[in-house]
Amino acid sequence: MKEIMSGNEAIARGAYEYGVRLASAYPGTPSTEILENIGAKYPEIIAGWAPNEKVALEVAAGACYGGARALAAMKHVGLNVAADPFMTLSYTGINGGLVIVVCDDPEMHSSQNEQDTRNYAKFAKIPCLEPSDSQEAKDLVGEALSISEQFDTPVLLLSSTRISHSMSLVEMGNRTEGTREIGLKKDPVKNVMLPAMARRRHPVVEQRLKDVAAFAETWPYNKIIMGDSSIGIIATGVAFQYAREAMPEASFLKLGMVWPLPEKLIRDFASRVKKLVVIEDLDPFIEEGVRLMGVKVDAGKDITGLCSELSPEKVEIALKGASSAKSIGPIDVELPMRPPNMCPGCPHRATFTALKKNKVYVAGDIGCYTLGALPPLGMLDNCLCMGAGIGIASGLGRALGELAHGKAVAVIGDSTFFHSGMTPLLELAYNGGSTTVVILDNRTTAMTGAQNHPGTGYTLREAPTISVDLVKLGESFGFKRIRKINPYEVAEMEKVIAEELEAKEPSLIIAQAPCALLKGNRILSDKPLIIDQDVCKGCKSCINTGCPALEYVKFTEEERGAGEKRKGYSKINKTLCVGCGVCREVCKFGSIQEAS
Amino acid sequence: MSNNNRVYNVLIVGVGGQGIILASDVLAQAAARNGYDVKKNEIHGMAQRGGSVSSHVRFGKTVSSPIIKMGEADVLLSFEQIETLRYFPFLSTSGKVIVNDVKILPPAVFTGQMDYPAGLLDKIKQKVPDTVVVDADAMAKKMGNPRVVNVIFLGVLSKFLDIPAKTYEEVLKESLKPKLVDINLKAFEEGRSLVAG
Repeated sequence: MKEIMSGNEAIARGAYEYGVRLASAYPGTPSTEILENIGAKYPEIIAGWAPNEKVALEVAAGACYGGARALAAMKHVGLNVAADPFMTLSYTGINGGLVIVVCDDPEMHSSQNEQDTRNYAKFAKIPCLEPSDSQEAKDLVGEALSISEQFDTPVLLLSSTRISHSMSLVEMGNRTEGTREIGLKKDPVKNVMLPAMARRRHPVVEQRLKDVAAFAETWPYNKIIMGDSSIGIIATGVAFQYAREAMPEASFLKLGMVWPLPEKLIRDFASRVKKLVVIEDLDPFIEEGVRLMGVKVDAGKDITGLCSELSPEKVEIALKGASSAKSIGPIDVELPMRPPNMCPGCPHRATFTALKKNKVYVAGDIGCYTLGALPPLGMLDNCLCMGAGIGIASGLGRALGELAHGKAVAVIGDSTFFHSGMTPLLELAYNGGSTTVVILDNRTTAMTGAQNHPGTGYTLREAPTISVDLVKLGESFGFKRIRKINPYEVAEMEKVIAEELEAKEPSLIIAQAPCALLKGNRILSDKPLIIDQDVCKGCKSCINTGCPALEYVKFTEEERGAGEKRKGYSKINKTLCVGCGVCREVCKFGSIQEAS
Repeated sequence: MSNNNRVYNVLIVGVGGQGIILASDVLAQAAARNGYDVKKNEIHGMAQRGGSVSSHVRFGKTVSSPIIKMGEADVLLSFEQIETLRYFPFLSTSGKVIVNDVKILPPAVFTGQMDYPAGLLDKIKQKVPDTVVVDADAMAKKMGNPRVVNVIFLGVLSKFLDIPAKTYEEVLKESLKPKLVDINLKAFEEGRSLVAG
């Protein structure tokens, strides 16, 4: 039976069908739904969120050392966090099969860079498989586990936004358990990477890569589809689909394994076509590999470009010089952009409003609060990577001394704090300074769609568990100044921030209020507010919080001619307002009340 | 299903929170159940935060790319006026437009930096005279549930595609919570009744 599934659902299904015993991940678009689906649909698999990707990979490594089939999933930048275990797992190898699913994000739909994960496969000398639709996404989980066990290596399964979030038909199969014996097995020469042992493992890794490359020559997911021999296209992933659509008559070498490359197969294909073209997203990874073999590539990145994702029209234009589609064309009107925005009632808006009143410089990082950088708030001054804000504020604070005192603040979400904020917080406590850190504790991993984490009190499968006490954690790190506050009390929040900025030692503010989208533990009234239009002076204080439930209404020329002194007034959209009261807090004229 | 190799391309656009993903899920399921190969793609992630959302649905005998090529959309189903224009170049010269008569203010507009562009529906109709304009928000409100806008639209759309109505109805019954089935089936019918034939 076939079902329509997203790439991520198919990967989760693959984990089920091919006997994965344990799965671990940290949420990150576009990879999040892999573990969510495992959690929701496949109780046979032991699964849980890890605080970050490094831990997720180590947990999966532990399971596979014990003979179990294991899966770790993350987005591309998550592999940077997990790079330490990743690089050396290549040396120890596995026992039970290990598949590491990494989802790239060409175009940066939801990411801070568009790094190409295939470089990591080459770097770590680990095989990398890449599906081009949901069926292959499922099948390649099985192939990855089998290659992993056959060659004693972790295997990367590379997805991307367009594979993970595209849906297509998938044939369902039954679960088969892994075949390795499960148990604690001592093998220090293989698993204890002391220099002397690691030196013995490195040649094994080099030989293994050659063995996998030989295997790849006849592996069925690397296949030649001969058509018109005047052009041969080497393609992989979703780019294969675009190329196939643009030139169905051409000859193709479709690669299901993008590292190591099958040299004989590539040479054979190149010899059978007149012109050889490589179509791939992001870096010229395959193109350079083919060129290094001394095989002539007639076109590659010179026609597709290095930046942004490929698309059906980009690939068609690259291959044929023009698109065959007849577009109706644009309608010539200047359109306002519609960027994502903090939701009505978002507690981050309250915190940023209080920070703005204090005129601070804010070091931030990744989460819904990154949106605080956008106008009209404009209150985030840098965003580098997960957890970066605290370290950056600490560095700014100590390097700039008085120039930063009372001005440099770090903000970090609760999930991001557990991910990679605890070690920089410790650095700050340890080395001192006067930086203020604000933890925006909205009780969830909001940006990726509300996943649990070690602070929420619940697991992936909503079973009750521990909930980290941030105040106690700060105390145990040695913080003497810790404040916990409800950010919706903007005036009070503003005062608390001012006091902590003034202090000559590090301080920690925990701004705690649940995400406005969470149904449970709700502190929002859900009663819309209303603005008395006669009292409103049109000063835009409320508008400048950027709440989508507010609207600034301009008076017409006629109205202003009739004696109206204001340029406009604010009003509240009652279907959007959830009654957080931030606008009421900032209104100096008392024009905002609860609707009766 | 028809035996030709034609691929149908439906681009559904709007604003995060309007139920676009559910509408495209139901369409994709219905197409699959009708024997078509189907692919669908949308951008998640930031979508829930009130950003612009698009969902591509493609079905036919065999479908390669999960996204529609610029200029290839047979139908542009739009839940919001500005979004119709944003994605307009995806429409083919022979394409159809179904648009919701609703304006959702983007940040530059609700903060008073910019006006909501005027006369958009007329501009759309100038390009595509047989554009179907639906006041789905008002219809949904009248039906007592503002959240059925997406299914009203699905009803309108179904009149232009080669998939029987009962297939959509089956999918709706299976994919919705039991208490929401009746109102959504009614919304689907209301949508269908807006198009003659």
